Amino acid sequence: MNSAAMNPTARRKPRPRLSISGAIGMAIVAFWLLMALIGPSIAPHGVGGQIGDDVFAPMSAQYWLGTDYLGRDMLSRILHGAPYTIGVAFAGVTLACTFGLVLALCAAANGGWLDHLISRVMDTLIAIPNKLLALIIVAAFGSSVPLLIVTAAVCYMPGTFRISRALAVNVQAMDYVQSARARGEGMFYIMLYEMLPNMYRPVLADFGLRFVFTVLLLSGMSFLGLGVQPPHADWGSLVRENIIGLSLGAPAVIVPALAIATLTIGVNLAIDALSGGKRRGSEG
Amino acid sequence: MSEIVKVSGLRVTARNEMGEEVPIVHSADFSIKKGEVLALIGESGSGKTTIALALMGYARAGCRLAGGTVNVAGHEVLSMNDSQLAAIRGKKVAYIAQSAAASFNPSKRLMDQVVESAMIHKVMSRIEAEAKAVDLFRSLALPDPDNIGQRYPHQVSGGQLQRLMAAMALITDPDLVILDEPTTALDVTTQIEVLRAFKKVVQERGSTAVYVSHDLAVVAQMADRIVVLRDGEIRESGETHQILNAPAHPYTKSLLAAIAPKQRSVPGLEVRAAQEHPLLEVRGLYASYGVTKGGKPPKIVLDDINLLIPRGATVGVIGESGSGKTTLARTIAGMMAPSEGEILLDGKRLAPTLEGRTREQFRRIQFVFQNADTALNPHHSIARILGRPLEFYHGMKGAARHKRVLQLLDLVKLPATVTDRLPGELSGGQKQRINLARALAAQPDLILCDEVTSALDTVVGAAILELMAELRKELNVSYMFISHDINTVRNICDEIVVMYAGHKVEARKRDAMSLPPFHPYSHLLVSSVPSLRQGWLEEVGGRTPSSLPPLVAAEPLRGICSFLGRCALRVDGVCNRLPPPRQMLDNGGSILCHRAESELRHIQSPLHLVEENVA
Repeated sequence: MNSAAMNPTARRKPRPRLSISGAIGMAIVAFWLLMALIGPSIAPHGVGGQIGDDVFAPMSAQYWLGTDYLGRDMLSRILHGAPYTIGVAFAGVTLACTFGLVLALCAAANGGWLDHLISRVMDTLIAIPNKLLALIIVAAFGSSVPLLIVTAAVCYMPGTFRISRALAVNVQAMDYVQSARARGEGMFYIMLYEMLPNMYRPVLADFGLRFVFTVLLLSGMSFLGLGVQPPHADWGSLVRENIIGLSLGAPAVIVPALAIATLTIGVNLAIDALSGGKRRGSEG
Repeated sequence: MSEIVKVSGLRVTARNEMGEEVPIVHSADFSIKKGEVLALIGESGSGKTTIALALMGYARAGCRLAGGTVNVAGHEVLSMNDSQLAAIRGKKVAYIAQSAAASFNPSKRLMDQVVESAMIHKVMSRIEAEAKAVDLFRSLALPDPDNIGQRYPHQVSGGQLQRLMAAMALITDPDLVILDEPTTALDVTTQIEVLRAFKKVVQERGSTAVYVSHDLAVVAQMADRIVVLRDGEIRESGETHQILNAPAHPYTKSLLAAIAPKQRSVPGLEVRAAQEHPLLEVRGLYASYGVTKGGKPPKIVLDDINLLIPRGATVGVIGESGSGKTTLARTIAGMMAPSEGEILLDGKRLAPTLEGRTREQFRRIQFVFQNADTALNPHHSIARILGRPLEFYHGMKGAARHKRVLQLLDLVKLPATVTDRLPGELSGGQKQRINLARALAAQPDLILCDEVTSALDTVVGAAILELMAELRKELNVSYMFISHDINTVRNICDEIVVMYAGHKVEARKRDAMSLPPFHPYSHLLVSSVPSLRQGWLEEVGGRTPSSLPPLVAAEPLRGICSFLGRCALRVDGVCNRLPPPRQMLDNGGSILCHRAESELRHIQSPLHLVEENVA
């Protein structure tokens, strides 16, 4: 039994290799993140720049991505919208996942009344339809970017909490967590070092899914006029405001939809590759 | 005599992670005559189940039947297509799986499932099939054979389910029955009943069978011939008595050596305990699950347990599943709070739960879990797993910690190269060593071992026990050794505690391990462990009475003997009326029983002779 272990050739340190789909996903995410940062400054026109009378113009050398329903340059609109869509969705979903995860860990690791309290509060939140909850929050506090982030976080936290708690309850029943308890480890150590590493795979997958939901929620809000306020627009509202262009075959409606699609696909590909690390041996 | 099964040059390959085909069975040749029972024996990964499944023309996902021929009852199994295979499976060849509980559909009645293969192959009518099933139930000694088929799988015990599965396999009178570790998951006392039923039915019907097992002692009772496998190769094959008495291959010899009880020369304890406090003392411990609700008492799992563990001693706790042995260890470790009673470490009272204990107390009592697969965090490297207790209890950092990790690995005889691996990259035996090394890292006074060898192969388990005995000498630690296997415990413990349904029914000292008097339950346990001799099963049949002395139905009284329902020595009017007293025995042990010591010695004395012969 020991001979295999002592054999030097048997000892290998596998390097995590990125699959092709993972690399593509990473590239797309990196590209959009870059656009979110520098997009507004490289945009050829201002966000509300009224640059011509040509409504729903096709792609041309002058307007790379055509013009929208008011004749504004679509490329500029997309680049200006990138920080809203990517920033708000990322920030919102990160907040949702972080809080959901932390609460789930607290609930699962402590059990008892704390678990009951947190779970029931989350159940109450989950019972309210997302859109409705978001509308109420925005109606009550007015629309601003920070508020949209908080709204997205509040709407999606109960879902991530549910999933994380189910995972955490399974993990904390494992012998290695029991063993850490019997060793006398503190709750914080157990949560952070024993439980979390065995949970982040599905939690990341959930993150990818929720990211897409958040983009959709934001566009829904913008459509109702409660999201990003004009002349600024996120990609979701770009689709909605140019929807009449569909019958004209205008790129103005297709391009922002494509942007959303590539972003969400990229995020999901990247997360699949990140969380499905190769160094796993027999556990598969 | 005609050959029912002829296998020649069978090769099975599996695809590994890199997508390469690696052989897992190399060119296996054997044949089985009609009415013969052939055993395939080997450790996990030896290819025994793979070969057994190949007899049905089946390869598990990722595996491929790569070559050779398999002829079963005139069918060339490897050249048949799926529909041809479906026609012989369950009709010509039947399979009895290891876990009957996982093989029955919980939502269908047992009878429907037992007669199913007869219905599929249309060999008889439903009424005939049911009549035949009832016959089989009767031969398999199932209780209430006429009506048991109307129950659902969860309404019968594990041993009964295993026998029902045998009925399911035999309903079509197959030419070949494959039994894949059918008793491995059962308690010894249940195993013996199941083995007896299998043997009887195989003899009555003259069935041809393949018996797959890792346990030579069980195989010795069942098989006419044995094939010894290792790493997918047949190492030796021969008549059962030849393999047992004159093994030719060194591997067979090592297998036999791992089973034969080896007397270890463990030094006797110095009688220091008299003036000092014992290392651990458990006084009047009660524990229960659930809370009292509407006058219904909670489920009691520990009932008045008293236990002493002197410094440097090994105390074995044995009992079947559900006897409360693991709960006892968990309670001592503080993972579960007792409802009554106290636990003293060095004479000082321990807090009932984890919260009230100090880090020093945690350090002194370490718990080793049964299953190293789940006890080691799959995302932590070995260096981190061993390093954490060093840092946590001893404040070691950096180079000092690394040096100590290497020392620990050396102590459990693992190479230093494993430090940056993950547990998933080690073998089962290596993982169990790491599990043990983690407990040792704390430099504890007491290690609670919960079935540490149960999940391991015989040879690997024996090596772990050897290691533990050595470490005990070197480091002067005490062990509380929990096991369901009395053989394991007998050889390494100074004292054995036998538990039944939460009661400590017996305690005995090392030098009186295999001599009567026993508590009736311990006696049942001891005489149920298969012995490595042919004919043991028949012999033991006469020794443990199958019918129990009748009892006048008594109102269930609190405190009466928990073993009453299964006890062959119960006395009507005494055992069902009064709580049993704890008697001190001449051999230094104690039992919880009404029967007098001399009576028990007289009744149980045949065992004495039998056990002497083995040694």
